[in-house]
Amino acid sequence: MTALTTAPTPPRVGPPEKRRRRVGFSQRMSRWDVKVSPYLYVSPFFIIFAVTGLFPLLYTGWVSLHHWTLIGGEAGYTGFDNFTAIFQQSEFWLSLRNTFMIFLLSSVPQMVVAIVLAAILSQNIRAKTFWRMGVLIPYIVAPVAVGLIFGQLFADQYGVINTALQAIGLPQIGWHKNTFASWTAIATMVNFRWTGYNTLIFLAAMQAVPRDLYEAAVIDGAGRMRQFFSITLPQIRSTLIFVVITSTIGGLQIFDEPRTFDVYGTGGPSHQWETTTMYLWNLGWGPQQNLGRAAAVAWLLFVVIVIFALVNYIVSSRISSSEARRDQKKQGRARRSPSDRKGAIR
Amino acid sequence: MSSVAMTAQTAGKGAARRAARRRARGSGFGAERRPRWLTYTILALVVVGSIAPLYYTLLLGSSDQQTISKHVIPQWLPDASLFDRFSDVIHNGSFDFMRAVSNSVIISVVTSVSVVLFSTLAGFAFAKLRFKGRRGLLVFVIATTAVPTQLGVIPLWIIVTDLGWQNQIQAVIVPALVSAFGVFWMTQYLESALPYELIEAARVDSASMIRTFWSVALPAARPAAAMLALFTFIQQWTNFFWPSIVLSQDNATLPVVVKLLQGSFHTDYSLVMAGVFLTTVPLIIVFILAGRQLVSGIMQGAVKG
Repeated sequence: MTALTTAPTPPRVGPPEKRRRRVGFSQRMSRWDVKVSPYLYVSPFFIIFAVTGLFPLLYTGWVSLHHWTLIGGEAGYTGFDNFTAIFQQSEFWLSLRNTFMIFLLSSVPQMVVAIVLAAILSQNIRAKTFWRMGVLIPYIVAPVAVGLIFGQLFADQYGVINTALQAIGLPQIGWHKNTFASWTAIATMVNFRWTGYNTLIFLAAMQAVPRDLYEAAVIDGAGRMRQFFSITLPQIRSTLIFVVITSTIGGLQIFDEPRTFDVYGTGGPSHQWETTTMYLWNLGWGPQQNLGRAAAVAWLLFVVIVIFALVNYIVSSRISSSEARRDQKKQGRARRSPSDRKGAIR
Repeated sequence: MSSVAMTAQTAGKGAARRAARRRARGSGFGAERRPRWLTYTILALVVVGSIAPLYYTLLLGSSDQQTISKHVIPQWLPDASLFDRFSDVIHNGSFDFMRAVSNSVIISVVTSVSVVLFSTLAGFAFAKLRFKGRRGLLVFVIATTAVPTQLGVIPLWIIVTDLGWQNQIQAVIVPALVSAFGVFWMTQYLESALPYELIEAARVDSASMIRTFWSVALPAARPAAAMLALFTFIQQWTNFFWPSIVLSQDNATLPVVVKLLQGSFHTDYSLVMAGVFLTTVPLIIVFILAGRQLVSGIMQGAVKG
């Protein structure tokens, strides 16, 4: 009984003492139950995750060192041949560039818009739940569906967006021809689906900011903008880092949207919007059917994601901590004079 | 005596409400002020922008390819021909749509139930039971929430082929049976929502561990479990990458077959959009029934995560 819980309160001493006196079969069973049960309860997760998540990820490294085809299976150790072959493919480097640019175009505007929207939603508005649900609607549309819808909206000839551009006297854009335009279109799909979701995450963080900080700022004569930059942003820092990291991990694996962006799903005639995960798919399940090389790409992408997540972690924590420091300094300066006044009134 | 106390309390409540109203009217601090029309205009535009793409699928779905290629917005309101398109999608010649529907339902429901069950079990152990290695294992779980497991598809495919599971839905179900995020989520929730006293009471009544889990922990976990089930359902319903690799068109899921609508050599976008809407309908229903829970789920996860 005493070993049962991790209770911060001191465990009760009465009943276990009494129990221990008659150690019968049921008592032994019960103690065995207490000891073994926790492991039994966590084991389904660890076993299934080990077999279907962790092992495949590690085994990818093994496959990448072999000549391994889709139909034929393993055909001998090749060392780092798969990697050197991939490094010589311009398609690989293009795919990394595309993935990176789509990620940049989707994450930066998304964070900015989500934070601004969250600030708007965190005001004392009417029908709060309605608006919160409203921004979340895109989340229920599957990425594939988003890709199909926006592929049509961004169609070069009969697209809504090009027609609208023409209507207001602007030149039409070759969304499926121009490289940068195709990144923008795909980034728009990502932004469509995830901005509202991230808005709610930021909103929750903003609501956790202590109210008295704002009250103090108002007394000090800070305006709305000043409150936002000097209190809200520094206070939601850890949430910002969390969102940046998760969107890095997800965003660099992007597949569904670029794959449905056109009919062929191969990333454009000159690989304009072929992402690294699409390249991985093309190597393994496309005409080449080369699982060894696909595995090498998977490993490389894994390394890139880890590096990126770390860099983003460092950068975003730097930015927000330096901001916080600067703000503290500013706040300190700003606070001095009004607080003197306050003292005088008292 | 008690009535006096009650009156006093009501007066207090009323006063608080009046004060709140006064604050709302704009005499209080900036954060409490009622915002003006600009705020609502921005929000309304965002919501319209969120709905518009879905609405557009209805407009194209009510039309046909010839009209679409001439007018980008063929009409402003969907009409009854939408249902003909739906039936075209369902009775198309290249894949079995109803099979895809039932596969999607089975996969989403089975994985939701199993993720909730296994996550609550593990969460109960992590949050409330003491065992050697608890800390280390929990740190491992948290670390794995950030692992891009999608990159393990190649060995996963090799395993699945060895088992002869190609083109069978268990190939999609089994890897999705557990979720590191789910374990973390339930651990967090049960830590605060399940009092130790309840567990001890059950143990004193000589309930076995599994009995304690079933009749004390599981009921306490219900709100968080419902949210976890919702998110797992949506995630699996919209999942594409792995199913598109391992399933082929005669036994696929909805996202996979919708992509096939586009892939045929002559693409009829009216048909594609009808298909897109049709596959989104179940999630629209989920959203109408449980959108509020989704919102609070995301917001709770944010504060805890």
